[in-house]
Amino acid sequence: MSQSLHVGVFEDERRFLGATRACAERDFEIVDAYTPYPMHEVEQAMGLRHTRLPWVTLAGGLVGLTGGLWFQYWASQTNWPLDVGGKPWDSLPAFIPVGFEMTILLAGLGTVFGLLIRCGLRPGKQPKRKIPRVTDDRFALVVRWKRGARRCTPVADLFHEYDAVEHWEER
Amino acid sequence: MRLSEVDTTIPTPREPTTAPAVEETGSAAVIPPLITGDKVAGDVTRDVCAPLERPATAMWWCVFIVALSALVVGVVSVGYQIATGIGTWGLNRTVGWAFDITNFVFWVGIGHAGTLISAVLLLFRQKWRTSINRSAEAMTIFAVICAGLYPVIHMGRPWLAFWVFPYPNERGPLWVNFRSALLWDVFAIGTYFTISLLFWYIGLIPDLATIRDRATGLKKKVMGWLALGWDGAARTWARYEVACVLLAALATPLVVSVHSVVSSDFATSTVPGWHTTVFPPYFVIGAIFSGFAMVLTLMLIARKVMNFEDYITKRHIQAMCKVIVFTGSIVGLAYLTELFVAWYSGSIYEQFAFLNRMAGPMAWSYWIMVACNVISPQLLWFKKVRDSIGAVFVLSLLVNVGMWFERFVIIVTSLTRDYLPSSWSGYSPTWIEVGSLVGGFGLFFTLFLLFCRTLPMIAMFEVKAVIRPKADPAPEESP
Repeated sequence: MSQSLHVGVFEDERRFLGATRACAERDFEIVDAYTPYPMHEVEQAMGLRHTRLPWVTLAGGLVGLTGGLWFQYWASQTNWPLDVGGKPWDSLPAFIPVGFEMTILLAGLGTVFGLLIRCGLRPGKQPKRKIPRVTDDRFALVVRWKRGARRCTPVADLFHEYDAVEHWEER
Repeated sequence: MRLSEVDTTIPTPREPTTAPAVEETGSAAVIPPLITGDKVAGDVTRDVCAPLERPATAMWWCVFIVALSALVVGVVSVGYQIATGIGTWGLNRTVGWAFDITNFVFWVGIGHAGTLISAVLLLFRQKWRTSINRSAEAMTIFAVICAGLYPVIHMGRPWLAFWVFPYPNERGPLWVNFRSALLWDVFAIGTYFTISLLFWYIGLIPDLATIRDRATGLKKKVMGWLALGWDGAARTWARYEVACVLLAALATPLVVSVHSVVSSDFATSTVPGWHTTVFPPYFVIGAIFSGFAMVLTLMLIARKVMNFEDYITKRHIQAMCKVIVFTGSIVGLAYLTELFVAWYSGSIYEQFAFLNRMAGPMAWSYWIMVACNVISPQLLWFKKVRDSIGAVFVLSLLVNVGMWFERFVIIVTSLTRDYLPSSWSGYSPTWIEVGSLVGGFGLFFTLFLLFCRTLPMIAMFEVKAVIRPKADPAPEESP
């Protein structure tokens, strides 16, 4: 069983979406799609699961909140008790602004680094496939046969049917 | 979640329709399209990248030299002040804060509109934000840089600025005072700058990849490094959009907190005219008001100089004008509330503080503030005024002036005359202070002009998503 991948490049967004739908309906598995802007139709056709990124944000926020509040209590009440204008040691209201800012800061940093790590984005990395103009105005589809598919339509025919401007096979 | 939904009002040239598509929906016929000139995705890339791929125009150089000169004036003034001491300023025993903190609050406020456009309007799915969000966010970052410099300069010994951070030290360790509003400021501004920078950079990545794929040589290498290997894969896009919405949801309460904390610098003191609970909402709305005015000023210049008239259209200007007239009216209401509360409080010191503002020796600054912030923006109720680029430009400049004076009025009039008449004094800025004000504008415009030449000013991928051709009604369309 050949696991070769077929890459088709489209100029027209509607033809590309048509091909995406056709692939999903026929015996193809959409391995990946490259588009110049986000397209929800493609995500649906690929059956992508919801990302778990919000949990990273929540975790970052909780660490920021508890860490921020704890540090303020520890520094101003335990490590070096500092009497400021006779304010009580347990001055929680005064600690809220910094606690809040730390929540946002760590939640934001968590979200960004979570995204970069999960997507494998890092300085100096090169794109896996060099498909021309896919960050400009072209759309690319990477498909392969589903396991045990009958393979009634050749991939080239399907791409041709939807006016692919280029297509090639990757092994 | 979607960044932007399919815009049905714009036909593509590849699929000419017999009737203009704007007539498909009843109300769309009267609303002009967001992006004019029948653009398709390729046009957007070409138009937005064009200013980055050609040499700078004579116009750009002229403006840049003016901005750079202003920056030099600032550097010289601040350098002289640091070398000599803050006695070179017109500050004195009672007026401890004046130009520098006025500038600080002014620039923090300017930054707020960028976050509002990029975060709040994203959460509200406002499509018109896509043409202006990139430069508004850049404006935020540059404004926060300008803002952060003033308190550091005001310390007199800026090389000890790191003392404001809680770091383990050999003095005990003696920690910072977490119960002080000034320390909250350090955290608020620090977080605001970090999150704004990250949000802006994350938003830039897909466009950096577009530039990388068009560039050659060193530029390709630099942009490739910055683009982090972005390839526009569907899985990446799916996560990316969720991350953007999450960051927007974090930035929205953050932007409210930042100016609330800045207002606490004043409100938690007992100085008459500062000690008011209305300050946090009053400052936040004023910040949005001034920030939108600055966005409008910059966008009106940019659309002309960079030939972005098809992208920053009358509709964008109209929308921003409406935000300005709305927030300006709330600012007017806040001024009235302040006066009412001063009278209603029954405190003679509060009452005096406001009478002094309106009729004292510095009454001119109060009335400049009212004229520029409350009265002149009311002209924007008229569509004719909103449609006139020149009028809108002048009004946006007036708001900038008015909002600078708002901070000046709050700080200076309250400090020159507080409880003890024996400590009353006057205040007038020295040339060094004026130089540092000029330098702030110089720094801001220098950074903004460099941004215009190096990075895409318009979020290409978001505009492309807005002008997407209408999705096919039929699921199958084999020829």
